[in-house]
Amino acid sequence: MSNYDAERLARLIGMLPPAPEGWVQAAQELPAARGEIDQIVARAQADAEFRAALLADLETALQAEGFEPQPRVVNELRRLLADE
Amino acid sequence: MEAPRDDGQAAASRSKLTAELTDAALVARCREGDDEAWRELVERFSRYVYAIALQGFRLPAHDAEDVFQDVFARVYERLGSLREDDAVRPWIAQLTRRLCIDRLRSGGREVGTDLEELADVPAEDVLTELEEAFDVHEALAALPENCREILDRFFAQDESYRTIGDSLGLPAGTIASRISRCLEKLRGAFEGRKGPAVPSSEQVT
Repeated sequence: MSNYDAERLARLIGMLPPAPEGWVQAAQELPAARGEIDQIVARAQADAEFRAALLADLETALQAEGFEPQPRVVNELRRLLADE
Repeated sequence: MEAPRDDGQAAASRSKLTAELTDAALVARCREGDDEAWRELVERFSRYVYAIALQGFRLPAHDAEDVFQDVFARVYERLGSLREDDAVRPWIAQLTRRLCIDRLRSGGREVGTDLEELADVPAEDVLTELEEAFDVHEALAALPENCREILDRFFAQDESYRTIGDSLGLPAGTIASRISRCLEKLRGAFEGRKGPAVPSSEQVT
């Protein structure tokens, strides 16, 4: 006798609904965002004033330097700065 | 707060957990800087990470989203240090669990180091079931498109016979019978992947 009857299979399929489209897309675009993030991190490592500004107010500091503070980039930078 | 859900069409278009590349081959391509492979890797594991965070650890949607993004950011950064490419799935699962626990801790909940001790952490059998669900989705990905789509839309995306029927131009009754036939196919495919079924009384513990 099978352990996997229709009811069980149906339940298991239902346990993995799609993640929200925006979440998936943001993660998929990580390589593209990474170039910009690397640029900002390099700049922060070379420029103490810029780094202090990032730590004080990330979004404002990015905008002041002409970077678009996209959530993907902001979140990733926040994580990287916290890890340092 | 309820996590946002996709509209059916968008979700259906990316519900095809493609089985063309093995996990190891996919990881190797990602490591070479293949952006398309990276997109596929995110697609392949997105439901799993999402389910662990939301169903397994019952994180609220905003926390689950942070964990979700953090998991893939770390995977992207650390893919080069993965010792065995075909171990990417348990690695991602472990990373997701750890980040979920970190999130619970940062929320001020009492979290120890032993998973079994944690009131807010899922029992191991929930996580084991999610792994089993992943296996079922892999078998589903190997089915013909018409079965894959209809089973995923009905069971995973909770669409009605009518919604599916309208979009496929089929009567609701046909959808119902197709679901039944496709589940049979899935069972054959899944059990074929796992080997002969063993009655629970005979399972080795």
